[in-house]
Amino acid sequence: MSDQPTAAERFLNGILPENPVYRQLLGMCPVLAVTSGMKPAITMAGATAFVLIMSNTLVSLIRGLLKPHLRILVFTLTIATFVTIADRFLAAFMYDMSKQLGPYVPLIIVNCLIISRAEICASKQKLGTAVADAVGMSLGFALALASIATVREILGSGTWFGIDVLGSGWPAWGIMVLPPGAFLTLGLLLGGAEWFGKRRAAKAS
Amino acid sequence: MSDLPENTTEQAENVSMPPAVNGEAPGDGMAPGDAAADSASSLPEKKSYIGQAWLVILLAFCFGGGLAFVQTTLGPKIAENKRNETYSVIPTLVPGADQESTEELVVQGADGRDVRVYKAFSTAGEHLGWVIPARGQGFADVIEILVGQDASLETITGMYVLAQKETPGLGDFIRGEEFQSHFAGIPALPPLEVVKADPTETNEILALTGATISSESVTNIVNATIANLREVLATRAGSNAPE
Repeated sequence: MSDQPTAAERFLNGILPENPVYRQLLGMCPVLAVTSGMKPAITMAGATAFVLIMSNTLVSLIRGLLKPHLRILVFTLTIATFVTIADRFLAAFMYDMSKQLGPYVPLIIVNCLIISRAEICASKQKLGTAVADAVGMSLGFALALASIATVREILGSGTWFGIDVLGSGWPAWGIMVLPPGAFLTLGLLLGGAEWFGKRRAAKAS
Repeated sequence: MSDLPENTTEQAENVSMPPAVNGEAPGDGMAPGDAAADSASSLPEKKSYIGQAWLVILLAFCFGGGLAFVQTTLGPKIAENKRNETYSVIPTLVPGADQESTEELVVQGADGRDVRVYKAFSTAGEHLGWVIPARGQGFADVIEILVGQDASLETITGMYVLAQKETPGLGDFIRGEEFQSHFAGIPALPPLEVVKADPTETNEILALTGATISSESVTNIVNATIANLREVLATRAGSNAPE
């Protein structure tokens, strides 16, 4: 597999060039649902990172044993196990946040980002590369969630991580913490990312 | 997007990979895609199901054991969190009740099962009511609720959703204050009923729009809990002021 990207390339690609949200449009459910504030967004990013890193690690370790027609079953089993562990951990040690995130933690199971990394990278490349890929993608996902949550929380509540940043004079835009605010912010930031990417490509050429 | 990232092409290739129903296991460092291509050209001998699925079976056992360990380790902590939350809402579910004076009892319901209930007292030691944890199947998963009743068991004084995984944006509104407020200060008998128009009777609960099943699930859990514990709690009312 000499044509496969190296560990460093996998890591860097995950952060911006192949950002799971802004470039691949994966994981839209948590992107829209848990970005009303930074705390739930970062918790979700952490839980997803745990599942992604563990899943890529395990799949890479057993990649030589995978049978082609049973590989998706193995991926799903692996992901579901680590999601359940993350869910129980949050319920035990971050109970209020676990209640706030509600069903979105179990729904990490169906986040296409995780199974796609198992299929594209972890089932084909060695452990170091698979872990680098998972860490890069996790950072990219966290960056995307944090960027959307930053816009929504600051404009919608005048706070960031619950800390007042715009002062009491700011007329909190309630719509930004509601579902329409998620779509508006995602659309504008996606457009911005696309415009920025094209502008860079044009300059490079 | 006109310039899709490189791995989008990779995904497309993998999706179109031909299924290899009796394919051989790929060798070390060999990709499943390569193995599938090989098996398409030279059909391997048919193997037993166990031979094919041993990895899945082994992983299922390992993961099952791991999850059992996690649940055993974290279960008590999660139960304690729920218990703390229960205590925090007791004054809401039984108005005037004092958390510190609450007494925990284990009683046997009409169905023969033991149920842990919370007996709520005022700061003066007067028995004000009961908080009963209950659970039942919802639309998506098990719903856990707390039902508040007065000491005479004639009135439902409140309902609180402790845990639920109902559909976001529809069924999860059962934990909203508006829905929960329907259960405050209504007669325990006759049994509650869910209606889709404005309620005309005191035992009618207005269903949530788009979440009739979740609404009915909660109402059924409340009815079942009241029916299950009515007799046994009646014998325990009033006495045993907290120490």
